Amino acid sequence: MKHTVSILVENKPGVLMRVASLFSRRGFNIHSLAVGTTETADVSRMTIVVDLPDKPLEHVTKQLHKLINVLKVIELEPTGSVVRELMLIKIHAEAQNRSQVFELAEVFRASIVDVTTDSVTAEVSGPPDKLAAFEDLVRSYGIIELVKTGRIALARGARGIKDRQLRAAV
Amino acid sequence: MSKEISGAQALMRALEAQGVQHMFGIPGGAILPAYDPLLDSSIHHILARHEQGAAHAADGYAQASGKVGVCMATSGPGATNLVTGLASSYMDSVPVVAVTGQVPRWAIGSDAFQETDATGITVPVTKHNWLIMDPGDIAQTIADAFHVASTGRPGPVLVDIPKDVLQAKFPYTDASAPDLPGYQPKLKPNVRQVKEAARLILEAERPIIYAGGGIIASGAGAALQKLAELTGIHVVTTVMARGVLPDDHPRCLGMPGMHGNYTAVMSMQRSDLLIALGTRFDDRVTGKLSAFAPGAKVIHADIDPAEIGKNRHADVPIVGDARLVIEELIGALQAEIGRGATGDYAAWTRQLDEWRSRYPYRFTQPDDGMLKPQFVISRISELTGGNGIYVAGVGQHQMWASQFIRFRRPRTWINSGGLGAMGFGVPAAMGAKVAMPDDEVWCIDGDGCFQMTCQELATMAVEKIPVKIGIMNNAYLGMVRQWQELFYGERYSQVKFGWDIPDYVKLAEAYGCVGLRCESPDEVDAIIEKARGVDDRPAVIDFRCDPMENCYPMVAAGTSNDDIILGPAFETDHETHGDTLYDQDPPEEDS
Repeated sequence: MKHTVSILVENKPGVLMRVASLFSRRGFNIHSLAVGTTETADVSRMTIVVDLPDKPLEHVTKQLHKLINVLKVIELEPTGSVVRELMLIKIHAEAQNRSQVFELAEVFRASIVDVTTDSVTAEVSGPPDKLAAFEDLVRSYGIIELVKTGRIALARGARGIKDRQLRAAV
Repeated sequence: MSKEISGAQALMRALEAQGVQHMFGIPGGAILPAYDPLLDSSIHHILARHEQGAAHAADGYAQASGKVGVCMATSGPGATNLVTGLASSYMDSVPVVAVTGQVPRWAIGSDAFQETDATGITVPVTKHNWLIMDPGDIAQTIADAFHVASTGRPGPVLVDIPKDVLQAKFPYTDASAPDLPGYQPKLKPNVRQVKEAARLILEAERPIIYAGGGIIASGAGAALQKLAELTGIHVVTTVMARGVLPDDHPRCLGMPGMHGNYTAVMSMQRSDLLIALGTRFDDRVTGKLSAFAPGAKVIHADIDPAEIGKNRHADVPIVGDARLVIEELIGALQAEIGRGATGDYAAWTRQLDEWRSRYPYRFTQPDDGMLKPQFVISRISELTGGNGIYVAGVGQHQMWASQFIRFRRPRTWINSGGLGAMGFGVPAAMGAKVAMPDDEVWCIDGDGCFQMTCQELATMAVEKIPVKIGIMNNAYLGMVRQWQELFYGERYSQVKFGWDIPDYVKLAEAYGCVGLRCESPDEVDAIIEKARGVDDRPAVIDFRCDPMENCYPMVAAGTSNDDIILGPAFETDHETHGDTLYDQDPPEEDS
């Protein structure tokens, strides 16, 4: 099962490697990972999506919390959080089918960010399933390349990560 | 205004500020600048012959004294040679600070001569590590390093310092108190959980205290003894906790686990309440996890939240320092007892006593036969009165030492329990002796282990560090040979060393040590005493032991503790114990 883990870390060299190694030592693959600065100077937030059973996940999160540079770890409930991802996708499109791609982009509220004689690049953001749906729809035109930011997520409600427990159920 | 000093001088000043008296290491290119101000420092640096030896020595120093062990090495191979030692310290939660030189900042990442990514390599085997890129950070980083190594669940840390950072001149300022927002070890246990634990303890019929190395780390030996005496509950002491309760204490059952004694193993299997303190349900203790202590509820107290529930569900999880947990628990139990509650473990105690009398460790030393290592170790224990510090390598001899030495106090049994690093013994004994010069230090070693790190004999001879090293020379990699005998149909593959090569007596003498040989049981006492009389250099004894002796009892890997093999010394009893003991007290189904 896919889990979304949010981690507040000190913004220092090597932190990403320390975090990643706790997954890799178990042979678990990180599905997606997004890191960026936060409202607090020198603190970064990682959003990691991993596909692994509950029990090892619990152990990894406890070990993540042991890392000296890790300030906070929470697991986000899928139903109780807002999850977003951004995709840039370059689609093979020539004059005869370009308008079809534009129409699809409009339905998905995607922005067209680059157009050439035989390609269209769209920027799509939203929940991961929306990105997947768009990708499916344009596949028949030919996807030249695509890139995703990895998921970012925030728990719903007024409380921030610092006021939350590792797991909602605990 | 503070005067400008070099990074290397800052390093020495920072180490002195931490109270460092001894360190173990070897100089080399990148760490060279640090070795110059060392000449003017109060720190006694012991020049090891191999960085692995320096790392194990720092570990032995820390285990024996409770102080932080310090080792230092150069970049590249110096750093990589430390890794085995750091890994052992990490597994056994031993506080060690390793300082390594690094290539100059401008050369990092260029595959420069003797460059390795020391912090990268040691991430999985250290509690934390640092690469210092600014000389102004040296003092604070060293202070933080000692803080992290020695507090919470202790462990090794590494500080990597590029050569040009050591050479740079800068205005030195003292470190301030460590302030690490992501590192706040929780020491004080939750009162409600402790009360719940006390309630379970008084309700239990077959409780056992499962005492681990955390009790030694927190200095909770006396508190543990008080708990055992207050409640009358028996204690098993894991391989990391031997000595935490004296072996002659009536409540001490000794070592559980793969080569633990029958009573210690079975007491856990048949228990209805495991009181696990500062321990981590290691696979060597639990055997097949799904069959471990099937009828037991679990109180699990540890300073590391990540250990709780890792291998075994904890009915009462308690995060906290072992000493504080035990003291709180004693308080809660006294309150309950004051209200008239009592635990009744009389029937259980009778059962444990019966097992103890029927199934002690057992071996036979024929008067005119080959030396049995168990006999040799028993004699070392007896003649030293259990008052020494005993250090082991890894393998059969380690298990026999843990079985047959009668420990009297904490920090007198030093081994590589978690990592199982062969070669640990000789250098760790050196570290222990440096830390505790007034104690008699014995290294119980194997011939395989000894040959991995015996170059530290030179260090000890030069430094006049008089440890005693008893090699249980069975001419084989004994534990591996035992497994090949039992599980690979006696097909011995790459395990034979031979008694004679090297000649351990000549080797010891070549290193400036006293070399002795012992081949028959009637010489054992005299030769041990001869070694005990050497006080100006190490004494090495080549005990030529029975190559085919096996270590029992044994729970084979992957099997249940219920299937403990007592070994040939018990073969005559074998018919009866199946009925009268194994099935006597079937585990109850627990909710």
